Amino acid sequence: MHEDEPIKRLVTKEFRTVSQIRGPLIFVERVSDVAYDEMVEVIDPAGRTRVGRVLEIDNNIAVIQLFLSTEGLDITRTRVRFSGDVIRLNVSHSMLGRILDGLGNPIDGGPAILPEKLEDINGKPLNPAVRIEPSEFIQTGISSIDGLNSLARGQKLPIFSGSGLPGNELAAQIASQARVISGSGDQDEPFAVVFAAIGITHRESSYFIDQFRSSGALERTVVFLNHADDPTIERIITPRAALTAAEYLAYEHGLHVLVIMTDITNYCEALRELSVAREELPARRGYPGYMYSDLASLYERAGRIEGHPGSVTQLILLSMPDDDITHPIPDLTGYITEGQIVLNRSLNQKGVYPPIDVLPSLSRLMNAAIGEGHTREDHRSVADQIYAFYAEGRDLEKLVTIIGEGSLSEQDRRVLDFAKRFEKEYVGQGHSNRTIQETLDLSWDLLSTIPAQYLKRIPEEYIRRYLRK
Amino acid sequence: MDNNIKHNGRVNRIAGPVVGATGFQEIRLHDMVLVGEEKLVGEVIRLNADQVTIQVYEDTSGLRMGEPIFNTGEPLVANLGPGLMGQIFDGLQRPLTTLAKKEGGFLGRGISESPLSMDKVWEFTPAVKEGDLVTPGVILGTIPETQSIEHRVMLPNGMSGRVVEIRSGSLTLKDHVAVIENDQKETQKVFMANNWPVRMARPYRKRLDLNEPLVTGKRVIDLLFPIPKGGSAIIPGGFGTGKTVIQQSLARWSEVDVVVYVGCGERGNEMAEVLNELPKLEDRSSGIPLINRTVLIANTSNMPVAAREASIYLGITIGEYYRDMGYDVLMLADSTSRWGEALREVSSRLEEIPGEEGYPAYLASRLAEFYERAGHVSCLGGKADASGKERDGSISLVGAVSPPGGDFSDPITQSSMRIAGVFWALDYELSRRRHFPAINWTKSFSLVDLSHWYLEEVADDFVVLMQETQSILGREHELQQVVQLIGQDALSELERETLLVSRILREDLLQQSATFGVDAFCPLVKSYWMMKVILHFHEAAQQALQKGVSLQDLENAQVLQKIARMKEQKSETIVERLQYLLEDIDTEINRISEKLERSNARG
Repeated sequence: MHEDEPIKRLVTKEFRTVSQIRGPLIFVERVSDVAYDEMVEVIDPAGRTRVGRVLEIDNNIAVIQLFLSTEGLDITRTRVRFSGDVIRLNVSHSMLGRILDGLGNPIDGGPAILPEKLEDINGKPLNPAVRIEPSEFIQTGISSIDGLNSLARGQKLPIFSGSGLPGNELAAQIASQARVISGSGDQDEPFAVVFAAIGITHRESSYFIDQFRSSGALERTVVFLNHADDPTIERIITPRAALTAAEYLAYEHGLHVLVIMTDITNYCEALRELSVAREELPARRGYPGYMYSDLASLYERAGRIEGHPGSVTQLILLSMPDDDITHPIPDLTGYITEGQIVLNRSLNQKGVYPPIDVLPSLSRLMNAAIGEGHTREDHRSVADQIYAFYAEGRDLEKLVTIIGEGSLSEQDRRVLDFAKRFEKEYVGQGHSNRTIQETLDLSWDLLSTIPAQYLKRIPEEYIRRYLRK
Repeated sequence: MDNNIKHNGRVNRIAGPVVGATGFQEIRLHDMVLVGEEKLVGEVIRLNADQVTIQVYEDTSGLRMGEPIFNTGEPLVANLGPGLMGQIFDGLQRPLTTLAKKEGGFLGRGISESPLSMDKVWEFTPAVKEGDLVTPGVILGTIPETQSIEHRVMLPNGMSGRVVEIRSGSLTLKDHVAVIENDQKETQKVFMANNWPVRMARPYRKRLDLNEPLVTGKRVIDLLFPIPKGGSAIIPGGFGTGKTVIQQSLARWSEVDVVVYVGCGERGNEMAEVLNELPKLEDRSSGIPLINRTVLIANTSNMPVAAREASIYLGITIGEYYRDMGYDVLMLADSTSRWGEALREVSSRLEEIPGEEGYPAYLASRLAEFYERAGHVSCLGGKADASGKERDGSISLVGAVSPPGGDFSDPITQSSMRIAGVFWALDYELSRRRHFPAINWTKSFSLVDLSHWYLEEVADDFVVLMQETQSILGREHELQQVVQLIGQDALSELERETLLVSRILREDLLQQSATFGVDAFCPLVKSYWMMKVILHFHEAAQQALQKGVSLQDLENAQVLQKIARMKEQKSETIVERLQYLLEDIDTEINRISEKLERSNARG
């Protein structure tokens, strides 16, 4: 990770006592004074260096996990050098505009990054007492997010996608349209994007880079690339390196950083591979029992801190295997993140873009970021009312396929029509960029087809003020 | 602490939070140890000949083989005394606000910081005289800890005898408040703050019956699935079903004296939200900010895993301490599943044979031990006062459970369910249509019979109405199945009216906003009257239908508009207004029936 600029070491110890190589793991015997989680360099018989870390120590045997493949290593000639320190990343303001590999080494042909600081990639837990509750509304230009599942600065919000669904497209669109709206209107604040590609294809990563370039954001972006054909185990490091860079830019340079991590499913698979190699007892579907804590150590690195102007907001992409939201990856993610945006295959087949299924989607920080002084006083109740009617409309749709429209009451029919128009006009906005005012006005337009007496979720004063007769 | 150190050992194994050591001369199970040069806090969890296994409550990165381990010779304790209220602690009771001032925004390791301020001056008013005989639990004096909590300094366990000195006035935690002489004529100083091992339940005189509900202000809970003071409840639910919102709402509005809120392995931003709003929110009756009655314990998901367990025990120990003073305490734990997962992780590093889903076989017994620390008790040393009433206190426990995939068959949900008397099952279906609180009325239960209290304190017909509400909701479930098969036309008018009323019950009674001002807390009397009004409409409507009135006329009745807006009405005048609404219902339904009779007569 920092071959060019080795960090200062108190002692460097080298051992040639490798006893076992198993998957990404190396067992070194007769070691002494080794630290847990220490960074090691493994030098193969051809003299090439690979990076790893100490996973476990038992008496004088150390278990080392390599972040590259163990191919070409042998037992007799491989040397293992212990660095005396945990894995650190060179961080610097000049990272902006650069393209790095999954471990943080430049791969864009440019010069090495001159470090302003060396930071532990694991970060440190944020003291909950200094967190600022995220409450600045981010306008993404997408109605089903802004109107119903609003994003706040410092939030961590995943997009639950599936293979063949346009999750990456949506993430790229949000990255280019997102801006903070507050009482004083649009603000021109210093921002940056940190993009972590975790095991995605070259096609997908160049899509993102093209999008950043065309929106002019590339100069303000740090790209970490671990492609599908890069070593799996490197994926354990990539999001951590990206978050370390993001925290540095946010808290040392005062930037508002949007971190995009895609695809977390690949990360979890790397975690499982490692766990299996360690012969650990699996929890659900072979994933390790500590996956919740491990994912939390990534996701919890979003937020705002008292006394620091910058912020870290996370947009996390994951593919639900077989569109199953109860699969451990989306399930554990949903328990940690502050909501989720769920994409739906049947909406996508109907040609609705973005195919966001609003019913299972949620933003937990919405209430603090909307309403008077943020968006508009009626925002919460309008969103609740839309949810209630849309959920009812979806039920009626199912009912109609069984028993036909004949037995529906007049109100049922209105609700059914509402749900159809909502999907088509509100959710299916295409690639347009709507302001929050436009989104709320459209909401009232849709609600106006239903008699006011049924708008039970909305206080009467808002109905008087906003409903066009 | 350093002068307590007895014998040292050395690190010989490190696997995440589990550290092995040898070389101790003297060490007991559950002794607290300080690991390595950084003095990371740990606890002995297994002894095997010379080999000692330690669970470390801090991140072990960078810990080396051969580093020393110091045994403090004491178990993990909570420091109990004035100054707990309004604080936020981590799982090891380190004061997070003080640490933030000293260390900045990120949490370091091996920091030792006294949980309570040693220099703060408290006004101590004695409650005993020199010469009085005192036993453990007797209140020696009181301190105004916050605007809402009078801190009662009790004689610690293990001490008893005659008071030879009692002080009064401005004192700090370093000063003694009393001197006690025991039978052997030995004197001992008593301080305001004392330690108690977190894993040991604090003693009481005897358990008392659970006979009074804890009013939460949530209609679905107070009316259908009440929790008694001193009872325990669990809230299982998949992500996004509103566990945290319910817990936070209970922390804000429940009618208790003290709230202990433990964020165990959950989100940092949510703790920030609680911390941010509690100083601003005021108690409904006294107007005092709620932070004055609240203790927060935060061990967020990215903080060390092993400390999750410690945070739960710390929380309940602090709760018991205030219970012993004679308060009604509510302890909220969000989420107990993360604690269970921490047990699983440590167990797997110990290479124990797993039980179900990889959880250790002792999961159920640990959960049972924990939930059984809830209760309504007669306090130790709580002599009867002039009115003959002994000092009693309660601690009620509400634990959130996060079952994987929202599937309640998971071992933590099942084990907790067997112990807790109240079960509030959260439901994906309800939360997706934004019906909050998303407590499913067919799956939830409350095993405690509080009907006697309701009859005496609320109304004679309370229990009858409550049962009718449940039966209508149950009937809806059956009728909906018919509708889904063959359509609404197959139902009679009477059955369709039941569907209408159950919908009104769901939307206008059970559904309640956690944010909307007036509706956030619903007093029990308002809940009762709302239920009464709806069921009165049901009765009147059923009678009208039997007379031949059409359901459509009833559906369009004006009173339904008023019923839908009951929630928004201020609670001060509610009884009077809803009594009028009862009359309005009769008037309007009579008018509809008469209109029908007139047209029949004409026809």
